[in-house]
Amino acid sequence: MTSLMQSLKAGPLANLRQSGIYIALAVIIVLFAVLTDGSLLTSQNVTNLVVQNSYVLILAIGMVMIIIAGHIDLSVGSVVALTGAVAGVVAVRMELPWILAILAAILVGALVGAWQGFWVAFVGIPAFIVTLAGMLAFRGLAMIVLGNTQISPFPGPFRSIASGYLNGLLGGYGYDAFTLLLGGLCVAAFAWMQWSARRGRIAYEQTVEPMALFILKLVLVALLIMAFAWKLATYKGLPIVLIILAFLIVIYTVVTSRTPFGRSVYAIGGNLPAARLSGIKVKWVNFWLFVNMGVLSAIAGIVFTARLNLANPKAGQNFELDAIAACFIGGAAVSGGVGRVVGAIIGGLIMGIMNNGMSLMGIGIDYQQAIKGLVLLGAVAFDVWNKRRAGAVEA
Amino acid sequence: MNSHPAEHPDSAAGSGPAPRIPDPAAAPPPEGTTGAAAAPSDGASTADPDAPLLEQIGAVPATEDVSSHAPILEMRGITKIFPGVRALDDVNLEVKRGEIHAICGENGAGKSTLMKVLSGVYPHGTYEGEILFDGRPVQFSDIRSSEAEGIVIIHQELALSPYLSIAENIFLGNEITKLGLIDWHRTNAEAQKLLARVGLAEPATTAVSQLGVGKQQLVEIAKALSKEVKLLILDEPTAALNDDDSEHLLTLMRHLKGQGITCIMISHKLNEIAEIADSTTIIRDGRTIETLDMRHDAVTENRIIKGMVGRDMDSRFPEHESSIGEEALRIEDWTVHHPLDPTRTVIDAANLTLRKGEIVGLAGLMGAGRTELAMSVFGHAWGRDISGRLFKDGKEIHADSVSAAIQHGLAYATEDRKHYGLNLIQDIRRNITIASLPKVTRRGFLDENKEVRVSEDFRKSMNIKAPGVSSIVGQLSGGNQQKVVLSKWMFSEPDVLILDEPTRGIDVGAKYEIYTIINKLADAGKSVLVISSELPELLGICDRIYTLCEGRITGDVPVAEATQESLMQRMTMETGSKNS
Repeated sequence: MTSLMQSLKAGPLANLRQSGIYIALAVIIVLFAVLTDGSLLTSQNVTNLVVQNSYVLILAIGMVMIIIAGHIDLSVGSVVALTGAVAGVVAVRMELPWILAILAAILVGALVGAWQGFWVAFVGIPAFIVTLAGMLAFRGLAMIVLGNTQISPFPGPFRSIASGYLNGLLGGYGYDAFTLLLGGLCVAAFAWMQWSARRGRIAYEQTVEPMALFILKLVLVALLIMAFAWKLATYKGLPIVLIILAFLIVIYTVVTSRTPFGRSVYAIGGNLPAARLSGIKVKWVNFWLFVNMGVLSAIAGIVFTARLNLANPKAGQNFELDAIAACFIGGAAVSGGVGRVVGAIIGGLIMGIMNNGMSLMGIGIDYQQAIKGLVLLGAVAFDVWNKRRAGAVEA
Repeated sequence: MNSHPAEHPDSAAGSGPAPRIPDPAAAPPPEGTTGAAAAPSDGASTADPDAPLLEQIGAVPATEDVSSHAPILEMRGITKIFPGVRALDDVNLEVKRGEIHAICGENGAGKSTLMKVLSGVYPHGTYEGEILFDGRPVQFSDIRSSEAEGIVIIHQELALSPYLSIAENIFLGNEITKLGLIDWHRTNAEAQKLLARVGLAEPATTAVSQLGVGKQQLVEIAKALSKEVKLLILDEPTAALNDDDSEHLLTLMRHLKGQGITCIMISHKLNEIAEIADSTTIIRDGRTIETLDMRHDAVTENRIIKGMVGRDMDSRFPEHESSIGEEALRIEDWTVHHPLDPTRTVIDAANLTLRKGEIVGLAGLMGAGRTELAMSVFGHAWGRDISGRLFKDGKEIHADSVSAAIQHGLAYATEDRKHYGLNLIQDIRRNITIASLPKVTRRGFLDENKEVRVSEDFRKSMNIKAPGVSSIVGQLSGGNQQKVVLSKWMFSEPDVLILDEPTRGIDVGAKYEIYTIINKLADAGKSVLVISSELPELLGICDRIYTLCEGRITGDVPVAEATQESLMQRMTMETGSKNS
């Protein structure tokens, strides 16, 4: 046990920057679970947490990549409104199949991204300006597309993107067995990935954490996943939007950490001229980053529209700020070059749980805003302090 | 080696009388005593050639002499530990009042760390040991508190605000005010006086961005003077300066000494140390090795090198015999215009040929266009309206992007590692593979284990001093950073390597290693083009040297026929004879 403590100190406790975010999430969950007398962790509320925050989390995935590359995107909220409007026009006004509505929205998102990417990457206008302009322009465009009205109701299949559940596929006995099975598969997949990574590191003679710590980590994660799955299973089952979200998280974690494109993004944010002189096609990487952000904004727009069952020109206001805050709470660096998809997701969850917990406690929106602002500042201050402590800010 | 036999600095009045070597155990008897007899007459000399100027600039208070036997600064038993690294280990430093004290050591030896301890960048409590300044123990909590005592450090990277005027920079944070408002008349007048003291003939209202590096350095010194500096610390003051500016700076340091200001100078330029320093402390691996009295001991450059590397350095350049093969790269009529000013021709119809296994030098003064030529060839990374033809292995190629140039087997290691060469916030592994990602990609995904293996191989073979390949590059010393840059380009397996100032700002031991690496590259059949401001370096390692003057190739000289003088002559030719 003492050796376990030592390796804890050497590993996760020493590297607060990486593990601090998990600790913060755990503390916030426990804090609000206590403050709300357990309401936070009821099956219904856990499910709501996922569904309510899904669109901001989807935006945060794209945003963290933009931030790692040293840019910012202020337009995503307006793009959510615009793509939702397009989906509404196609699915409701034109009464075309809902799948076409989705494709149209994603296409528009990609075009918006290409437009902004063109100005940022090839003309060289700072992303702050381009996307500030986009924030105004696309909000206006959303109003024009909708003709300043709202569109509703959407067809059932479209709505189920955000409010549908997979339930009873393997029968229900007061709980959904399918959800639990998927939870179990996730645990198995996680364990297998961790194990093969560990094997690989051993094969290449790199240091690995002690077996005891490794197993402890697996058990903790397994318990968390299964507890989460149990909560979902005892309510309505598996939210479809969670499947979309999980899929995106896995894909983009791999893209950022395991592909040349992802590596290029970090290189550009870390030192732009050095990346250029290393043969990185900086302009194209920046361009595709914004296209990607546009597509993810469109997905968020579809989910949000489906959830509200309403295409609304005011949709998505301040989403950009939530997404950006999620990234910075999740450890991304303002100066670029640093950040992780998982970090942004956890940052978004921290914000979401705080919103939800404070609402359950009956705290007004006014105080909520103020507290969230302080948490954002505190998170970044902690990061700065932590970097300084590690002596990483050498000139 | 001692090229300055009788040119030791005139010592100012009142420097300490006795040679001291604080660490007797580590001080072997002086060697390489070729210049011993030439040790100059010391402190007694009253015929100081600088004296009239000194009086004119403003005299030293006579009281300084009284206490001159006591050291102005004593650092005792300084130990500074970073996570996993003992950067300083029981370091002792004693600086006498009014002397110029050089600190030498290889990169990573701990010189800069020691100065950061002294100046309060690492505050009291983060290190062990004690500091006595003016005979009193001092405990600095930050730079401001050390400046309040009169200790000012000027870093290698200058810290001036480019769009503010000289005067504004000098009094930044220290503004001269009247009723809470800045008194511009006095500010500019005082600044002008300070500029006169450092010999800078510029109006104090000039924006700093309009000054060259050398003049900016002088502004920094003027700023230090405005703070009534007693101990001035200069970190690599001449590293970025050309010869004239360096000479001016050294002269200025002598004048400051005459005004009673003590200087600590960190430098890799041993000839400058031999020329100007009164004593030299050598630090190696975080320990004080010895302090040499430069006037009483017979100290040659080789003697210092020996202390720094812990071994004799018979030759600064490894022996090498090139076996030169076919033509590898040829440029014809290469003309490049300035990216911001298309009417300016920066490179004018240059012709250049590199052969396999050949090490070719490119010599030129500042502004001759060396870096511009190299970068324009490397995928048009610099300049606009580039014309001319580029041949690789006899076939014309069109490499108008960096990635295309890399694919054609070109590599360019920049002169400015920190800004153009490395991602300082990433680790060694990611820096080494970034220019060759396809090589570590399998079915579209990065193979991190392969990356680790590859970079680990480089770490070992290049002798990069770091705990592992996951060490952050920004925390390595300059020499080790340079090895990471070279590893990055060696991993791209180029046929032609352009190395721009490959040994700038790195120490003697690491230089030797870099030369050895260059030789190995040539032996492997690669062509190496070395750009360097140090002619002895080019003469020491190259087979052939091109000279560049104002964008024109003015010479193509086999090394056997080249001398520093003949090269310098070609480097300053006004109208180039295109071929030699």
